[in-house]
Amino acid sequence: MPAFKGIFQGKQKFVTVKAGAVQEEAPQGLWTKCGKCGGILYKKELTENLGLCNDCGFHFRLSARERMAITLDTDGFDEYDEELLTVDPLGFPGYDIKMEGARQTTGLDEAIITGKGSIDGYPVLAGFMDFSFIGASMGSVVGEKVTRLFERAARQRVPVVMFCASGGARMQEGMYSLMQMAKTSAACARLSDTRTLYISVLTNPTTAGVFASFGSLGDIIIAEPGALIGFTGQRVIEETIRQKLPPGFQTAEFALEHGLVDMIVDRRNMRKILGLLLAVHGGRRQDVG
Amino acid sequence: MINLTLEFEKPLIELEKRIQDLREFGVKRGIDLSDEIAILEKKADALRKEIFENLTPWQRIMIARHPKRPTTLEYIDLIFDEFIELHGDRTFRDDGAIVGGIANLAGRPVTVIGTQKGRDTKENIARNFGMPHPEGYRKALRLMKQAEKFRRPIVSFVDVVGAYPGVEAEERGQGLAIACNIAEMAKMATGIIVVITGEGGSGGALAIAVGDKLMMLENAYFSVISPEGCAAILWKDGSRAQEAAEMLKLTAPDLKELGLIDEILPEPQGAAHKDCRAVAGVIREAIIRGIDELSGIPQRRLIERRYARLRRIGEFAVREVPESNLAMVVSGNEDMSAKPDLPDLEEVVEES
Ligand SMILES: [Zn+2]
Repeated sequence: MPAFKGIFQGKQKFVTVKAGAVQEEAPQGLWTKCGKCGGILYKKELTENLGLCNDCGFHFRLSARERMAITLDTDGFDEYDEELLTVDPLGFPGYDIKMEGARQTTGLDEAIITGKGSIDGYPVLAGFMDFSFIGASMGSVVGEKVTRLFERAARQRVPVVMFCASGGARMQEGMYSLMQMAKTSAACARLSDTRTLYISVLTNPTTAGVFASFGSLGDIIIAEPGALIGFTGQRVIEETIRQKLPPGFQTAEFALEHGLVDMIVDRRNMRKILGLLLAVHGGRRQDVG
Repeated sequence: MINLTLEFEKPLIELEKRIQDLREFGVKRGIDLSDEIAILEKKADALRKEIFENLTPWQRIMIARHPKRPTTLEYIDLIFDEFIELHGDRTFRDDGAIVGGIANLAGRPVTVIGTQKGRDTKENIARNFGMPHPEGYRKALRLMKQAEKFRRPIVSFVDVVGAYPGVEAEERGQGLAIACNIAEMAKMATGIIVVITGEGGSGGALAIAVGDKLMMLENAYFSVISPEGCAAILWKDGSRAQEAAEMLKLTAPDLKELGLIDEILPEPQGAAHKDCRAVAGVIREAIIRGIDELSGIPQRRLIERRYARLRRIGEFAVREVPESNLAMVVSGNEDMSAKPDLPDLEEVVEES
């Protein structure tokens, strides 16, 4: 963990961690409550601690930029396709207002940031989804950015690391968004044919359309501890089967037990594990930043 | 007792009943009422036309979910000359919500897969109301791989409210199974024709709906989310599903207009369940036409063409970057042009 601490404190070329960006679980003020143990945490300390609870290790949700900051080397990130902008293809009532609100609160244009950077010196094409942007739902722009990332990776033969987080498809874009599952999966299949490594990291929560497309197509699938991972929402399942769900249902640990993911990696070890995997797959290290 | 009359059909059903009563009355009394009957029949025709040519999205959904809506096996029976059903995913079990096998279509072997709803309560329980578990999707994929191996085209029938939302389905990887099917279908080295005959329920439908030709029956729907689910999210009120159905653009005519399907297959007035045989004839003819078209395309080109079809789906704008910034960005990024290395779809189609 000390190894990463410096990333937050060191020179910040691209990282702009917004004050109170862990807003989802921490509405107001300098203090926040742990979602697992109920302990009171000083927000500044929480940020310095990779968004982990000091007492129980609960993994707080991270914004895309926070995730980038603790994952990538500090020596540069070329963002891809930031010029792609969401439109309202169906004229869906309220969509424009919802988009504007999401832009305002997150400072992002869409629910994913993609680009080229490095992890422990190994070049990667990386994607970072941001759940606070309309639940990181996948509409045309998210689908297009993911697809372009896979296509670039296939051309450059550079591994992809995708930090997934999503509530599913962006229903306001109707069938355009459902078909992004097919588009991204098709691009992912092509990347696979070039024998280029794709690591999918499922963070809290990765569900529905993203889980049922590129989220599940990694050569290696990593989950963060405690992350909600599943296809159908829990309320829908409960209403269908008219039973209480078993404890721990659809958690990362449940997914591991049932053989749906390769491993659970604590956030403090994520960079190290990703670096090892990149090395094993023939990653050529550049000067470490 | 299931109500087989749809709300919007009621005036028509009443009129039809009056005609029937009048006819019986005439026969019984030996009176010639043919003039009166002719007038009423003309009126009924006009009403039928009026209703079925102006169906709202919600009315179409009601038709797509009609308990008498023909099922995949009924269509298979009418469309193909022979059908040998094959079972199981070779790993866990045989999922009755997915059917599949090898069929003969006008002298040509094809692989057929599809979701299968039941006709009555007993069959519906056996078929899990047509909602597949992961092993169902894996069974479909197994049969598709078999088709690829033996160079048979694939015909997929879709009529599913959604992948089964259950504990065991999640334990066995519902999301993974769907993802694998989509990815594999995208690069399957054989032609795939998809016919959406009833409900196209989100990812559970997409898992067997990636292909080279996407056809929809006139009153089928295909949607990212059920209108009820959409209404529940938007207004916390599932009963406003009718409004959501309008907004989601999920009918065959809507999706044709959005360029997301290739062809609408017409249903008789009164919808498919009024004349299953006629609809099967229309589907059969469309499948044969589709297979003929695809069989002329070399395998490699077929896969490229399918990728290009998927690749272009999505609507977005591109922010204008000031000239000076643009130059800077381009120099810092070796592949700004993110266009896929692919021929244009029209180009491919023309060539084929
Ligand atoms: Zn805690």
